[in-house]
Amino acid sequence: MPKKKIARKSTAIDMTAMCDVSFLLLTFFMLATKFKPPDPVEVVTPASISDTKVAETNIITITIDKNGRVFFDMDGIPTKHALIDSIDRSMRLGLTPAEKQNFALSSGVGVPFNQLKSFLNLQPADQKSFKSPGIPVDTTLTDSNELFKWVAYARLVNPEARLSVKGDGGVKYPVVRAVFSTLANKKIQGHKFYAVTSLKANPNQKEGEEEEK
Amino acid sequence: MAQMDTASTGGNKKGGKKKTKKMSTRVDLTPMVDLAFLLITFFMLTTTMNKPQAMQINMPVERNPDDPPPPEVPAAKVLTLILGANNTIWYYEGLQSPEIKNTDYTNIRNIILDKKKKVEAAILPTDKIKSVVIIIKPTNDSNYSNLIDILDEMAIDEIGTYTVVPVTPQEMSLIDQFKNAGGAPPAVN
Repeated sequence: MPKKKIARKSTAIDMTAMCDVSFLLLTFFMLATKFKPPDPVEVVTPASISDTKVAETNIITITIDKNGRVFFDMDGIPTKHALIDSIDRSMRLGLTPAEKQNFALSSGVGVPFNQLKSFLNLQPADQKSFKSPGIPVDTTLTDSNELFKWVAYARLVNPEARLSVKGDGGVKYPVVRAVFSTLANKKIQGHKFYAVTSLKANPNQKEGEEEEK
Repeated sequence: MAQMDTASTGGNKKGGKKKTKKMSTRVDLTPMVDLAFLLITFFMLTTTMNKPQAMQINMPVERNPDDPPPPEVPAAKVLTLILGANNTIWYYEGLQSPEIKNTDYTNIRNIILDKKKKVEAAILPTDKIKSVVIIIKPTNDSNYSNLIDILDEMAIDEIGTYTVVPVTPQEMSLIDQFKNAGGAPPAVN
């Protein structure tokens, strides 16, 4: 009578299924998430205790670099197409479809309208080497304040868009004042905006933990 | 699945033939899974961490000329901070005080808190404005970081009523006088 054989099972688990799942997830995260959008210029933001998060969509970003040059950017490629269309129409810049596409893919513009065409002639990768003088801005609402035009058209294209200002800590106050007063104008209704800052510890919370604000 | 049937080929166990070791073709996938999960964790964490922080700023909307004038602020409740060059702050109490003083961003907190305490102790129930009013005046020599620092200071010290206005020429001349008084006596005009 043959002994009943007890089948010896291996303790090694088949990892194939798990591997499949994990790579599926990995692919999902890699495709679904967006990397931090590239800045048109290097900016060191000042620190504040505020930990409010800036929205990632529907956002207009105004960047001020340490030399006081102002850059404008907006999220969403279709929105940017619509924006450059209306800018092109009202300023009569005569942009080609390829130049408009370059605008939609760019990481922000910092040139006056009269240089916009030659700037957008460049591929987005080459735009960094363009010597951008910054968007002209002042405290008036005349044609010399081109930032006002950019923001006003951007608000028309996307009325939901929020404004955020990303300024370098070393920017001199006159430029800041020009940008802020442009935003505070009644025609833009941009008096509520985000000032992008890096986070620093709140000295009040160190002593009394119960303080929640 | 990832394993081939290799057992059926070498069936002859007798006959003193040298046994060739049968290697399993199954690959250990554990390190690969480890790596995949490590990357998943990395992507999950970095992408959510990258959201930039920001400070919410509410500027007053431009006033119409026919709007009613803003309420008068009693001079005793006002503290004016003038943001000067090289991270200095000039400050004075009241609305028009010739007594201008000089400080910096580390000491300003105590000055603000002292003033806040003083004002809050003197508040009457009939008062319309029930807290200290801080007027921030950045000069053209100050920078963006100074402005954000002082706005942040308002949040830290829980100052509810503050405003940012341009500096006046009188104040600039007061600062000049103060500077001159430090070394040489002010020039006779």
